[in-house]
Amino acid sequence: MSRPVGIVGTGQTDHKSHRPDVNGREMIREAVTRALEDAELSIKDIDAIVIGNMDHFESINYVDTWSVEGSGGVMKPIMKITTGGTTGATVALAAYYHVASGLFDRVLAIGWEKNSESDTTAAIITCSDPIWDRFSYSGAIPSLATEATAYMKQYGATQEDAALIAVRDRNNALNNPHAHLQRPITVDDVMNSPMLAYPIKLLDVCPRTDGACAVVFAADGVAQKLTKQPAWVKAGSVRHTFTWFGDSTDYDRGLVSLQRASAEAYKHAGITKPAEEIDVAELYLPYTYAGLKWIEDLGFCGKGEGAKFVREGNTDMNGKIPVNPSGGVISTNCIGATALLRVAEAAIQVMGKGGDRQVDGAKTALATGFGGCFWSDVVILGAQKP
Amino acid sequence: MSTERNYDEQLTVKFTYPMPYRWSVGEHGSVFFNEIKKNRRFVGVRCPSCGMVYVPPRRVCGPCFRELDEIVPLTDEGTIVAFSTVNYPFLDPATGVQRPIPYTYGYIRLDGADNIFSHIINETDVSKIQVGMKVKAVFREPEQMQGNIQDIKHFDIIG
Repeated sequence: MSRPVGIVGTGQTDHKSHRPDVNGREMIREAVTRALEDAELSIKDIDAIVIGNMDHFESINYVDTWSVEGSGGVMKPIMKITTGGTTGATVALAAYYHVASGLFDRVLAIGWEKNSESDTTAAIITCSDPIWDRFSYSGAIPSLATEATAYMKQYGATQEDAALIAVRDRNNALNNPHAHLQRPITVDDVMNSPMLAYPIKLLDVCPRTDGACAVVFAADGVAQKLTKQPAWVKAGSVRHTFTWFGDSTDYDRGLVSLQRASAEAYKHAGITKPAEEIDVAELYLPYTYAGLKWIEDLGFCGKGEGAKFVREGNTDMNGKIPVNPSGGVISTNCIGATALLRVAEAAIQVMGKGGDRQVDGAKTALATGFGGCFWSDVVILGAQKP
Repeated sequence: MSTERNYDEQLTVKFTYPMPYRWSVGEHGSVFFNEIKKNRRFVGVRCPSCGMVYVPPRRVCGPCFRELDEIVPLTDEGTIVAFSTVNYPFLDPATGVQRPIPYTYGYIRLDGADNIFSHIINETDVSKIQVGMKVKAVFREPEQMQGNIQDIKHFDIIG
């Protein structure tokens, strides 16, 4: 059987739109160094490394070997995992599996991206099937916009409802010294920003960021010696779907992958009323409408109730279940690191290291990852060893 | 010896060249494009286990993990399930140049199919497009067809 695993340290860069002062390896090293400092470990203590980023973004294929001087992986067990938007969460889960298996005691998970090094939309389009989908596909924004149009039609949600999510996340980012976008915004700012792809406007969607994140996972017995409050992995769940767009979208049923992944994770973590039992959520919300719709798929509220749930303040910092104290993806999006940042920020909350963005007394934290054509990863962390 | 460190410039190295690929369409996919050329209609494939009709046709049903071989003739019409009109510029990796904008990306449920087909809807005024509208494919002239997705020029809204 698997053994309990805790997160004992996290590190991230100070995220920016362009980091010409470092190459990818040097940027990775910044996050790794900070994670090791946080866990009070040296690279010699690390038994294995899992790393990931987006294929085609920097045009580097064997990132595991290419990165070793930054990751610290010289002559260590290291492998690359890449699953699109979920990469960071999948990297985290793979590191968790490494430790839970009993084969490794201390494993480093790394996610990174230098979005500035290519045309992000063009790079994302290369994920689509070259024969069938690539001709009409135009990157993440319009495929998310299709979901938004279907959701608005189904439940009558408005563009103003969606804008509340950007306002919440961008204002939360002011409490996070690492966040990329640190300017407060209003609903009017969102509504008046340029229409990119109806109904998504510039301020409805995540930025492009250069940044990296690293997280140290340690085994039961090791973790407690490294920190007095590890963030224990209570559950991890992965539901990945097709790579043909028309097969993975079922607007009548919602984001099925997230429904299934969260249902499984809740079961493993013993959670029956997520909005009551989870203290804080770091959700991979790449655009505002997800902040209305996907909390329904996560069971925070009923179908079609997302806008009301948010408007009533339930997801604010002092609400029933604060969402994205870090500022979330709408404030920082170094894609291969983005889902790992969700896990790291959830761990920071459980470990009580959140500073100005700390949710008081957070004991159970939810992190999600979202990928490409609607697939999902879910991670639940807790203060108590499972 | 000492070296000047303060050049005040962070350099980047550029790569701007095309890299060609050649992708296999597969047996059922080749039937799909030949049917467009000869009969100006779509075909799908039915799964013997779950009964799903997929467009474009493929050899395997993902959820059932079953081999598929029952090609199902469809028409050239369908219904808009979702859409978005794209206004921002981006590089098209299929051509190496910027894709013409605005254009409308549409998810279309072809009549008789169970999954969604993605293509272009020939309307960029969002006030004239609604989920649930009927659309009809406009194909290239047969002599211009190349056996690829662009043999379908776009879908016209018909009601």
